[in-house]
Amino acid sequence: MTDIFELAGETFDSRLVLGTGGITSMETLDRTVRASGTQIVTVALRRVEASADAAMMQVLDRCGVRLLPNTAGCRTAREAVLTARLGREAFDTDWVKLEVIGDEHTLLPDAVELLDAAEQLVADGFRVFAYTTDDPILGRRLADAGCAAVMPLGSPIGSGLGIRNPHNIALLREAVRVPVVLDAGIGTASDAALAMELGCDAVLLASAVTRARDPERMALAMRQAVEAGRLARGAGRIPRRWHAEASTQFEGLPDL
Amino acid sequence: MRVNGTAVDVADGTTVAGLVAARTEGHGRVAVARNGDVVPRSTWETTTLAAGDVLEVLAPTAGG
Repeated sequence: MTDIFELAGETFDSRLVLGTGGITSMETLDRTVRASGTQIVTVALRRVEASADAAMMQVLDRCGVRLLPNTAGCRTAREAVLTARLGREAFDTDWVKLEVIGDEHTLLPDAVELLDAAEQLVADGFRVFAYTTDDPILGRRLADAGCAAVMPLGSPIGSGLGIRNPHNIALLREAVRVPVVLDAGIGTASDAALAMELGCDAVLLASAVTRARDPERMALAMRQAVEAGRLARGAGRIPRRWHAEASTQFEGLPDL
Repeated sequence: MRVNGTAVDVADGTTVAGLVAARTEGHGRVAVARNGDVVPRSTWETTTLAAGDVLEVLAPTAGG
């Protein structure tokens, strides 16, 4: 069964986007990316003295994944726009995962700076994937600004707390026409499945895999969870009921 | 001038391309900011560093 994921004019088979943050070795990265089946991987830029070994890019190139540079760590629209432009220069792509955080304690998005940066980057020709809160109104503003995808958090980055407000994620899904990618907070496979069941088009995660005891195995779990959640969403779950409804008929029950 | 947060002396006439070559061995994907603006790769050879410049020389790293 074909189930194509369209993102910024490109098509993908996988609906799992993998972040590389927290990966412990290049061999693990290689095995994890392959196990995840992902076709899109996020990367960052840092001062060269503090950057990853050059082998990281060789591994990702060998895996054949598309790169999605992020603006992690930026706190103002100005910083994020400059970082996005540096990412475009380094990685030769106009894709950017736009991340503008409000503080280092929560790493929650700063809505005002985020929207400002999104507008500037869209005007500059970027395909903007906006990491945002789970606020459906802000999601709509970002989509209206021309973002290629809206990426609400399930819970704070790296927290592993899962999706704290499933209702908001479902509302956000209804509020925009662009792809919605659940980004941040995923702790385990059931969280990823829930994101897809809520109608998200894809899931972006890093820590849940890279910091798992066995990243390769968790990557496979996430791959299958995303696929299962997507299938369940399409299949249509049964309504929740307050009381039981027998699955075996009562008619013809013998008098014993 | 400052390069990646550290005060450094650079020979007169050094270009961005020269700075990159000296600092990013092995890295294929590099970006440079000079005084708060991107220096496009196409101008690295022709952009000469000046006293007081603030430069950031960046390379890929893992990120979420």
